[in-house]
Amino acid sequence: MSLSEPASFSRRQGWGIAALLVAAVLAWLVFAIWPDWLNDVLISKKAFVSAILNGLTLAGLYFLVASGFTLIFGLMRNVNLAHGSLYLLGAYIGYEVADRTGVWLLGVAAGFIIVALVGLVLQVLVFRRLEGDDLRQTLVSIGISIVAADLMLAVWSGGTYQIITPEWLDGAVVLPVITAIKSDGSTVFLKYPFYRLVVLFVAVAIGIGLWLALNKTRIGMMIRAGVDDRAMLSASGVNVHRVFALVFAVGAGLAGFAGVVGGSALSVAPGEDVRYLLTSLVVVIVGGMGSISGAAIGALLIGLAEQIGLVYFPTYGIVLTFVIMVVTLAIRPQGIMGARR
Amino acid sequence: MRAELQRHGPAYIALALALLLFPAIASDFFLTQIGGYSMIFGMMALSLMVLAGYGGMVSLAQITVAGVAGYSVAVFGVNATGLLGFGWPWWVVAPLAVALAAIVSALIGWISVRTDGIYTIMITLAIATATYYFTQQNAELFNGHSGFSGLRAPEFWGLVWRDPKPFYYLCLTLAVIAYLAVLYGAQSTFGKTLQAIRDNPRRMRAVGYDVTAHKVFAWFLAGIIAGVAGVLLVWFNGRISPGTIGVGAAINVLIIAVIGGLKHPIGPFIGALVVVLMQTFAIDIVGADRFNTLIGLVFLVIVFISPDGLLGLWGRVKPHLVQQPLR
Repeated sequence: MSLSEPASFSRRQGWGIAALLVAAVLAWLVFAIWPDWLNDVLISKKAFVSAILNGLTLAGLYFLVASGFTLIFGLMRNVNLAHGSLYLLGAYIGYEVADRTGVWLLGVAAGFIIVALVGLVLQVLVFRRLEGDDLRQTLVSIGISIVAADLMLAVWSGGTYQIITPEWLDGAVVLPVITAIKSDGSTVFLKYPFYRLVVLFVAVAIGIGLWLALNKTRIGMMIRAGVDDRAMLSASGVNVHRVFALVFAVGAGLAGFAGVVGGSALSVAPGEDVRYLLTSLVVVIVGGMGSISGAAIGALLIGLAEQIGLVYFPTYGIVLTFVIMVVTLAIRPQGIMGARR
Repeated sequence: MRAELQRHGPAYIALALALLLFPAIASDFFLTQIGGYSMIFGMMALSLMVLAGYGGMVSLAQITVAGVAGYSVAVFGVNATGLLGFGWPWWVVAPLAVALAAIVSALIGWISVRTDGIYTIMITLAIATATYYFTQQNAELFNGHSGFSGLRAPEFWGLVWRDPKPFYYLCLTLAVIAYLAVLYGAQSTFGKTLQAIRDNPRRMRAVGYDVTAHKVFAWFLAGIIAGVAGVLLVWFNGRISPGTIGVGAAINVLIIAVIGGLKHPIGPFIGALVVVLMQTFAIDIVGADRFNTLIGLVFLVIVFISPDGLLGLWGRVKPHLVQQPLR
């Protein structure tokens, strides 16, 4: 550390080489035809590659939910524990709209817009009154999440809903990944639901969009400045309340959007709010607060860990998530991409 | 503590008499469902109050700590589920369960004190939620979704300690011990140091105190209280399942502590009594289904108008009630 320049440079190179190696091994695992011993160790190639793909899709979903959470937390120091409720609300709204109009995309749009408005109202009417008081904001968000969960239970009852995706998103695609070679010599390719790939693609697109908005626009500059030092941002003449309201609306809207998208891939039921809240918490703790790239890394780690855990040690799967969190806190308390304060 | 007793002496005597004589007039239902439960959840909230009030660490994992004790009773003692259940005597199981809870609490503390402030809530909530999912998933240790049933409270001195009156007095004794211990601890050197760390950790570090060690030890002590509450809870309920330590329950403990007030150890017990009474009688008003809406709204109102809970509210109203002597 003392002779920082050359040492940190070679350390960075070391990380780069390690990342390349991991990528190469992963690429080999995905595209090569597995020898028998590997099939024995990892159950089967189909199970492994499906777990990876499911993990990536789930990571996309988690990223959508957690990116809003991390931005709100980073900018306003507001741990919005009602974020999971916003996800679930979006899912229910998406279900209702898609079910009544029969147009899935309308449901997605409604999920985003209505939940964004709800977020805006929450920020303006509730959280703004408690500004600067982290603990009370958090307590209030807990209260809101309790009431919201109970009211949603009253309206939609305890049943499980499935948002029907349109036909053009249905079906499976054949991926250029050989899972096995049959005894007659023909090859078996991996099939994967088209919709899940679309989810992954959309999450990546939104991630890039968010990154561009944060790094290349004026308002993004303000948000980044606010994450670092909101008092200074306010002092330089920016109306921080407007920035706060915008970020809260977008963050909530993303949660609602993710609710519809996730509710179409998986299902909508009470209790999902807690699941996505947990994920958002862990992603932010692991990735670092206020960082979009941190949220992406965190979501990737948690999504993959969850799905791989599900396949290889089903009754201890959650422990993997837990270990990731504890190890991060032990080595880098501020999170992987978090700035040291 | 002496000052405390001098100031509120008559009130304490009246309260002690009321609590001791309560079984003479109360039905079994009131003894256990109101009295016993209030004291059990009061103790859990007390352990949170110790951390939040004196240490500045708001934890959502107290029910998890209590759950460790509860599951330990099921695993090492007797259960009717046919999984594990070593059948050790209660006087081994109960201290062991409390010790394990305290150790787990210290570990949770050690993880969460690496960051500070609002992060503690996030990390402890993540731990509580992850533990809930883990107990639900895992069949070998926790028997998954259904958990353990057929746990038995001890029987000695010719008494079945699950019966209403013995159970009430058992809870009362332990709650009073915990309360007095906290009152004493807050005035002890350790308690004073902890409060100083809460107010200014950097200065305390500069003066030469080991901030992390003090905080982790506070977690350990709070874990003992929560562990005792957990043992009592499973002795009375006779069963434990993931639902017992779910996120709703975790938040419930926080609600109790916040409604009562985090500034003084009597707050959690007041909060517990209010919440348990609401839980029991609100059903007549809003129906069993919408209870959470009611408690959530009450919680929101309390957080908005009185950050220090009912105690803080009382502190604000009291000056208007007391007649000022003429000078």
